[in-house]
Amino acid sequence: MKRIFYMFAVLVSSVSTAQAGIDEAINTATAPIATLIGQIVFFKIPVFGAQLPVVVLWLVVGAVFFTFYMGFINLRGFKHAIQLVRGDYADPNSHGEVSHFQALATAVSGTVGIGNIGGVAVAVTVGGAGATFWLIVAGFLGMSTKFVECTLGVKYRKEFEDGHVSGGPMYYLRQGFSDRGMEGFGKFMGTFYAIGIFIGALGIGNMFQSNQAYVQLNNVSGGALDGLGWLVGLILAGVVFAVIIGGIKSIARVTEKIVPFMAIFYCLFAIIVILMNASTIPQAIANIFSGAFTGEGVAGGALGAMIIGFQRAVFSNEAGIGSASIAHSAVKTDEPITEGIVSLLEPFIDTIVICTITALVIGTAQVAAPDFAGDAQGVAMTSAAFEREFSWFPIPLAFAALLFAFSTMISWSYYGLKGWTYMFGEGERGQTIYKLIFCAFVALGCVVQLGPILDISDALVFLICVPNILGLYFLAPIVKREMNSYFARIDSGEIKKFK
Amino acid sequence: MSNKILVALDGSDGSKRALSAAVAHAKLTGSDLVLAYVIDWSPYSFHTPQELEERHKRRESEIQRANDSILTPEIAALEADGVNVETVVHHGKIAETLLDLGEQNGATQIYIGRRGESRMHTMIFGSVSAALVQASTVPVTVVP
Repeated sequence: MKRIFYMFAVLVSSVSTAQAGIDEAINTATAPIATLIGQIVFFKIPVFGAQLPVVVLWLVVGAVFFTFYMGFINLRGFKHAIQLVRGDYADPNSHGEVSHFQALATAVSGTVGIGNIGGVAVAVTVGGAGATFWLIVAGFLGMSTKFVECTLGVKYRKEFEDGHVSGGPMYYLRQGFSDRGMEGFGKFMGTFYAIGIFIGALGIGNMFQSNQAYVQLNNVSGGALDGLGWLVGLILAGVVFAVIIGGIKSIARVTEKIVPFMAIFYCLFAIIVILMNASTIPQAIANIFSGAFTGEGVAGGALGAMIIGFQRAVFSNEAGIGSASIAHSAVKTDEPITEGIVSLLEPFIDTIVICTITALVIGTAQVAAPDFAGDAQGVAMTSAAFEREFSWFPIPLAFAALLFAFSTMISWSYYGLKGWTYMFGEGERGQTIYKLIFCAFVALGCVVQLGPILDISDALVFLICVPNILGLYFLAPIVKREMNSYFARIDSGEIKKFK
Repeated sequence: MSNKILVALDGSDGSKRALSAAVAHAKLTGSDLVLAYVIDWSPYSFHTPQELEERHKRRESEIQRANDSILTPEIAALEADGVNVETVVHHGKIAETLLDLGEQNGATQIYIGRRGESRMHTMIFGSVSAALVQASTVPVTVVP
């Protein structure tokens, strides 16, 4: 253990001493690669004056297909999802195993993050109020994609002899394709996915989060932390280190407990702020609907608003990227379908509830005082909308952002780890190396300019939705068969309620 | 069929006194004993993904440990005494689970030790024995 601490200290100190030089070196070295990958992954086709990234189209077409193919499971399964989470169908003899609620809560804390606070503000700034409408539509469709991927995650997970499980797209891609006689292709897809999720875990699941947490802290402290990024980075890395390597569960447990309350606290205050602007609600909602179909003042009109809404939704709820299916795979159930149904709630909570509430806070503020935010963007804009009613709100909001960022990092550290163990095996030593790398990147996130590195990671995370959704198309008939059989057994009373 | 008495054990002194009282009762009435250990667990708690992954393994080891350190050591002495014993380990809310176990095993009587928690503790977390007395459909003996 001591040795690990030492290695960690060396890693981090080398990061902080060389930060100024590192910044530039990294930027010049990676910028061309980032631009190239970005251009390929976010290749845009012009449609009636709007720029449509192909990858967004790919995700949305997938979501629409799965919604129809599964017979609107996102509506049909909703009530059953709540029953499952409540434990109505939980066999008392499996008490002590991972419950549906626990798997869902963990996956939700991985997706609810800074995107829910800041990403929505970006969407509204660029795509106008109408983007909110499309964000909700995309969240609704994304529920079906999530259903398919999480069902498969459980169905094709790997159970090891000592009882621990590993699951996720890399496992269902490999197994699913090889079951259809395409063994080589399945292996390629699985490895491709594993690499992508590994790099994504270091980027948007890590550096982006620690960077945003630092920026937030610096903002509320009035710039007191200027130039102290390395210190914030070290502290954050230290805490992450304590959790993922030191196994200090209390920190993790506290965060995991606070995050849901933070989310509730955030929504509660958001609703209060919206109600305090009650007179502007009808106008704000009218703006959302009219903007959605006219796209007034938005580049590309209605289509532009639609693209931005869709893009933000995907960024936020990760449906189609497959990451959440890694967290859902741990649940104890004989019916993979049940976990898929439970996972429907994830885009619902993340996008349809939390993002919409944020959008309304901003929307009502815009109606009341069009220039309320000045030049502020992202989280700062949302913060300004709250500040109009509660001058002290930016401080708890920054704290919430910090916690969201932290819990997202913990979840993504696990997703990346699963990509790593898929490639390099389950050995302890390898896992420790991965975790050290992860911690170093937490510190790095606070000191380096994120630009090109983040672009690469961003692009790769979106790139892995290509093999993932391709796999989902191939395996969808299996999911459909299981789904029909499951609901038939519910109807016939073969699967009984325990409560 | 002989009567069954459920005894809640948690390794505390109170639960040991409850067991001796239950043994005396069992011998008098020719009843069998069911020794129950409930591991406090809620399906609504929050965990990291790593903890979820290891949950199954941990559950097995929790059950193993309860059996090894709390339940199994009692069996030999009781059997030498001529009392029939069964043991059961279960996860869940303690009072609720004890009642369920009593029902499943057809227990006609439940013995539990009083833990003697402070008033403050009881106010916040409630008392297991009090909850049991309130909700049970069979007689409950709380042993001080």
